[in-house]
Amino acid sequence: MINKEQVTILSSKTIALDTFEMVLNNHYISQHAKPGQFLHIYVEGHTLRRPISIANVDPEQETITVLFKRMGAGTQKIATYQPGMVLDVLGPSGNGFYIDSNDSTVLLIGGGIGVPPLYFLGKTLAKQGRKIISVLGFQSKQHVFYEQEFKALGETIIVTNDGSFGEQGFVTDVMDSLGQYDCYYSCGPLPMLQAITAIVPNQKGYISLEERMGCGVGACFACVIPTADEAGYRKICKDGPVFSAKEVTL
Amino acid sequence: MSQLAVNLPGLNLKNPIMPASGCFGFGREYSEFYDLSKLGAIIMKAATGSERFGNRTPRVAETASGMLNAIGLQNPGVENIIKHEVPFLANYNTSVIANVAGSTLEEYEHVAAAFNDTEHVHALELNISCPNVKEGGIQFGTDPEMAARVTEAVKRASNLPVYVKLSPNVSDILSMAKAVEDAGADGLSMINTITGMQIHLPSGKPLLANKTGGLSGPAIKPVAIRMIYEVSQEVSIPIIGMGGITTAEDVLEFLLAGASAVAVGTANFQNPFVCVEIIDELPHVLSKYGYESITDVIGKGVSV
Repeated sequence: MINKEQVTILSSKTIALDTFEMVLNNHYISQHAKPGQFLHIYVEGHTLRRPISIANVDPEQETITVLFKRMGAGTQKIATYQPGMVLDVLGPSGNGFYIDSNDSTVLLIGGGIGVPPLYFLGKTLAKQGRKIISVLGFQSKQHVFYEQEFKALGETIIVTNDGSFGEQGFVTDVMDSLGQYDCYYSCGPLPMLQAITAIVPNQKGYISLEERMGCGVGACFACVIPTADEAGYRKICKDGPVFSAKEVTL
Repeated sequence: MSQLAVNLPGLNLKNPIMPASGCFGFGREYSEFYDLSKLGAIIMKAATGSERFGNRTPRVAETASGMLNAIGLQNPGVENIIKHEVPFLANYNTSVIANVAGSTLEEYEHVAAAFNDTEHVHALELNISCPNVKEGGIQFGTDPEMAARVTEAVKRASNLPVYVKLSPNVSDILSMAKAVEDAGADGLSMINTITGMQIHLPSGKPLLANKTGGLSGPAIKPVAIRMIYEVSQEVSIPIIGMGGITTAEDVLEFLLAGASAVAVGTANFQNPFVCVEIIDELPHVLSKYGYESITDVIGKGVSV
């Protein structure tokens, strides 16, 4: 259930170009958050909250880690927040990644600031003894983050658009060279998700979507996506942000 | 009558606070945050004759002290709303107002008449002012003659009190208000959103897929106050006021301008508890400014 919670910033640091990692302290969210869920963060002076996905949770330490990219006025403001500050957040919001207990090998495909929710998922799956393969795409070397963290979970391939780090190209360029996997999970820019679902149309997979949100709780119908059968729609904030790759039209 | 109560046509409100149409869905999501029986009333999301999927995304954009939206009246259609949503709201001890929208006169009549079959809807809000759909809505809301025609038609079709929701996107709000009053409206609700646009700098194009959207939030509050102040002096039907209300002080300002009750919209997105927090705060604000009750305040700011 979504609560309105006060979270305390324990630390905030830059981990890549315009990319920040913030560790938050909150009992309720740290006990209930699942991989794929997000926090809807109130930013002082702004009408709308900002949805930021959860990158990690430590239930013992009661901490939640979020990663975000400084893009517009809202994330610029959040980037200035200092440890000790208390934030007003709604969370944990949305539905997380569906995990099939029969899957033994999973592929994580992240693009840019779509990488963070996959880390929380990968850590959870690795703990359950599953084999993790990760393909992470970034614009260039200075945008790369969490390489070591993903390597600790399993085989990790980094690609950059300009080739300044890892392999040159897009995540889809290396997908052919991977071995068998039971399921993929992906989060990143829409063109990347479209390319992936087109390359492996029959593969079981789940994608996490991003959209400009209003209420963030399913009431305002701002962040909807048509279903694959075009007979309806899903609310990204409430029904998602994670969907089966076959469920929605990208 | 208790300090916060207000009686309006069809609506015996225990307090003057209700969530605005389109900002609260059909109440389900916010019922997980608090008991909806605390609300004076609930205005449901717009109903049209059949299901509508609305506009493409992005549908919202933040602005200074507000936001633009272009949802496009997405809703499951009036039959579905009566079958699945009204029964849910009937579980709560609060008044229910149905927002009626359409593309044609006939669709407005059809939707309005459909609500005659349920005893759990207490009034209609006639949406002649949605700026975000290609046809219908706004053209009924910017021409006094068209507004009067749709009001008459809906009054004939419905057995419920009808509050006509006025658009601020007109040069003469008074003639609109008078036209619908003469056509039989039981009340007014005002204001709907103000048409606006935002250009997204990285793409150089309008941010909203619909290009234009309706501006809401604190940015439009002074426009709402001005229009309610002008209209309340010239009509004798009650006004449900709305436009950027965030605090109990804002509510007092709307009542002073001549509103008899208010709706809270955009503020729900920022704080899901805003309606109940305002209700709890209202008695303190009344006493701070020397008023005994809500009815004591209504129209006090209008110099006659």
